[in-house]
Amino acid sequence: MRKETALNTALLALLLAFPLWAWAADEPFLITLTTRAVIFAIAGIGLNVALGFGGLVSLGHAAFFGIGGYAMGVLAFHAQNYTPLMTWPLALDGTTSMPVIWLVAIILSALLALAIGALSLRTSGVYFIMITLAFAQMLFYFAISWPAYGGEDGLSIYIRNGFPGLNTMDPIQFYAICYALLLLVLFFVWRAARSRFGLMLGAARQNPERVRAIGQTPYRLYLVAFTLSGAITGLAGALFADLNRFVSPSMFSWQTSGEIMVFVILGGVGRVFGPVAGAVLFILLEHILGGLSPYWHIYLGAILLGVVLFARGGLYGLIAGREVAHD
Amino acid sequence: MTDPVLDIRGLSKNFGALTTSNNITLDLHPGEIHALIGPNGAGKSTLIKQITGELPPDSGSVHFNGHDVTHLPTAARARLGMGRTFQISSLAMDYTVLQNVTLGALGAQGGVFRFFRPAMQDKTLLHAARHALEQVGLEAFQNTRTSELSHGQRRQLEVAIALTLSPSAFLMDEPMAGLGVEGSHRLMGFLDGLRHKAPILLVEHDMDAVFKLADRISVLVYGEIIATGSVDEIRQNSRVQSAYLGEETLT
Repeated sequence: MRKETALNTALLALLLAFPLWAWAADEPFLITLTTRAVIFAIAGIGLNVALGFGGLVSLGHAAFFGIGGYAMGVLAFHAQNYTPLMTWPLALDGTTSMPVIWLVAIILSALLALAIGALSLRTSGVYFIMITLAFAQMLFYFAISWPAYGGEDGLSIYIRNGFPGLNTMDPIQFYAICYALLLLVLFFVWRAARSRFGLMLGAARQNPERVRAIGQTPYRLYLVAFTLSGAITGLAGALFADLNRFVSPSMFSWQTSGEIMVFVILGGVGRVFGPVAGAVLFILLEHILGGLSPYWHIYLGAILLGVVLFARGGLYGLIAGREVAHD
Repeated sequence: MTDPVLDIRGLSKNFGALTTSNNITLDLHPGEIHALIGPNGAGKSTLIKQITGELPPDSGSVHFNGHDVTHLPTAARARLGMGRTFQISSLAMDYTVLQNVTLGALGAQGGVFRFFRPAMQDKTLLHAARHALEQVGLEAFQNTRTSELSHGQRRQLEVAIALTLSPSAFLMDEPMAGLGVEGSHRLMGFLDGLRHKAPILLVEHDMDAVFKLADRISVLVYGEIIATGSVDEIRQNSRVQSAYLGEETLT
């Protein structure tokens, strides 16, 4: 078995075994911690589609994470207060059904990514980083100054939204949902990375001039990648809001964008499972180092510096070596 | 005579006071190799860029395959059948050789927005890709990472990718550059046969190659075509001789 496949399998096995052990040992906090890791992993996988496969360094993925979160928050807020979501032009009520919320979160974040991407992708390099950051900041301040949905204080949702046949308030059952979604997203991205689209997108990352010479338009490839990327991160945002039963503007903050990028870089840019490793590592560090000092970020910073300077492929690059070309 | 595949009329381009293309008229007929030569800085690259669509001309027109492509972007011209190789190899360096050629086949076939079936298991794409690799003699290297290829092999790969597009004309920007004697000879033999598939507009510094291969030669000096004609006509042309012997510079 190739080292990369072995590492993938080990990661998925760990994410299955550890929460089950925590469940047997009656440690709900550890289950919640792992749920956080899995949700962050999904957010990172989303960013990796743009950053790793398309070479699009977005520092604004908090926009999609936040939109996903607020999609959940707003829908559940109206449902718990028995107020209609809107009365005109359509009479719509809120909902507490997770699948519906996911769908709304995915569609909204995809549309937002399409709009942000269409404008931002006219630039590249540092300008692209700055413009994506600017869009996320716009949404951040918008969320802060919108009192109807809690403004700066955010929105508390008292009961976690429901999934047919499951008790989502039970940590292990909610974890099962997140883990299943992680598998689904991984499968989709793994297939897409090897598809016609993935092959052409990778070429557009390496050499846009080449892609034009064979009759394709890099901009369109980037835009589709950015939209997919935003949609996946938006789904993670909805799950994250449900995990905390709380949404706040901090989901839109640039620190959130930075953290999502850290998952990708720690794990390995452009590796399908990279963000999973990165998110697990991040949660582990947060838990261990956070116990040592409230200023644990300084150690995280040092580790990140080490990865960027000496192990550019992240954890995957370190263990599995340079990526072999897909067959 | 049949209609030209590529027809350039009155193309001009200025950068401020510098005229890099001055009223250039040039055409490429089916079955021929038309070589474009000229000293360094004559404006060959600028002309190529206007033909491929990377640079808009100030005036004049480019017709390709009966279409006016003067204002079309590069990708659209490629889809119309303009097969191009670059002066400096332009390849996806992290991909294998086979992936790079498959890319060409995929670009030609279209259907890029498919997300599920693995591209490298697509029989039609692979068939076209392997066929192109065989034609340039790179099939033994199909699983080599492109960044590990030698300079000459990268040039061959460029040609192979252009072949997958089944173009109606080739635009080759110094394909022999840096190839070495043996490599040049092999590529020359190959280009010699290729002209019957699609005509070639060949920008080349290697005069031996140009004189052996070309049916017609155009000479570009200071952004102007000073002569177009057969090999013998060009050899005997006094303006060309003076341009190449450097008599226009004051001595």
